[in-house]
Amino acid sequence: MASATSDAPISGVAASDVRTPDARTPDARTPLGATVDNGLKIVVVGGFGVGKTTMIHSVSEIRPLSTEETITRAGETVDDTSAVPDKSDTTVAFDFGRITLSARTVLYLFGAPGQERFWYLWDRLFSGALGAVVLVDTRRIDDSWYAIDRLEHLGTPFIVARNDFGGPAHTAEQVRDALDLAPHIPLVDCDARSRASGKRVLITLVEHLKSLHLSHLARNPYATQGAPLQVSPPVVGPSAVGPSVASPPVQELAQ
Amino acid sequence: MSRPGRDDSPDRLYTLTGGRSRSAPGTPFDLVTLVVAECDPAPGMQSEHAAILRLAERPTAVAEVAAELRLPLTITKILLSDLLAEGRVSARHPRKAVLAGRPDPDILEQVLVGLRNL
Repeated sequence: MASATSDAPISGVAASDVRTPDARTPDARTPLGATVDNGLKIVVVGGFGVGKTTMIHSVSEIRPLSTEETITRAGETVDDTSAVPDKSDTTVAFDFGRITLSARTVLYLFGAPGQERFWYLWDRLFSGALGAVVLVDTRRIDDSWYAIDRLEHLGTPFIVARNDFGGPAHTAEQVRDALDLAPHIPLVDCDARSRASGKRVLITLVEHLKSLHLSHLARNPYATQGAPLQVSPPVVGPSAVGPSVASPPVQELAQ
Repeated sequence: MSRPGRDDSPDRLYTLTGGRSRSAPGTPFDLVTLVVAECDPAPGMQSEHAAILRLAERPTAVAEVAAELRLPLTITKILLSDLLAEGRVSARHPRKAVLAGRPDPDILEQVLVGLRNL
């Protein structure tokens, strides 16, 4: 099996102080409380080396773990999946961490590679996720552009976090332009190594999700009114596409 | 004792699941479904089953079970399906946090409170 990602070695994490797998007995784990009964998912999407695992590690209550899923064929449905890999299969490895939110609720953070073949697995792995953080390395913006395109297609709400690598500074506007980012989608700077920074990114995402909910009357969450940071686009003349796109459903309703 | 590993050959993984390549229908384990052991490991039990029961003395997500056992998710889900069918584990499936593309506001509020308390 060829590994489609190498954000972390297959054993989980790269840190030199990591316990060997055989030392990871149940006693060495940090178990959840007995009353926890609801698991939630947030996905951190980004290219190789952008800091996904670092960010997850910085906020997780456990050392990030790693697991893998097999891609058997493009576009395959869940029930049609062969669990036993053959030579033509590739696997996608992904790291994850955990935050206990309350006596009943636990949040899992999954780091997902952004490259093309990964997205075949999205429904199988991450359907029902609350939302996603697209972690951007401004030196390699194209990776993130594809992830944003896929998330919009899937209807998964997201924010964009720009990891600070100390490279040449781009203005927020430059990043927004490069990513073709809708005005209402938050773009935040972060330091993936910092727990406080990672926490702030997650809070920004959840506040964004709340604002989407508050504007639920809008048909399309990506075209919502009243969301934070939104700048109402000016309607330029009678040829604006908005009304002509919106009118057919109204006519259908009237018939 | 050798542990099952994700670097094992497909044949080895095939043997682990008794030749099956997919989970039984009606047992849709999510990555974050929490598995809880309902009994202790018994003598003669398949070693992977026993390992899962030890792991899941407290609620443990499917993803964690797979990671700790170092098995691919699909294999892990088959093993869990067996244990579930035998009543040896119970499953706490995630409540729908997103309905019709919109997140549940109560759950969002819980998440916000939890994150702010970190």
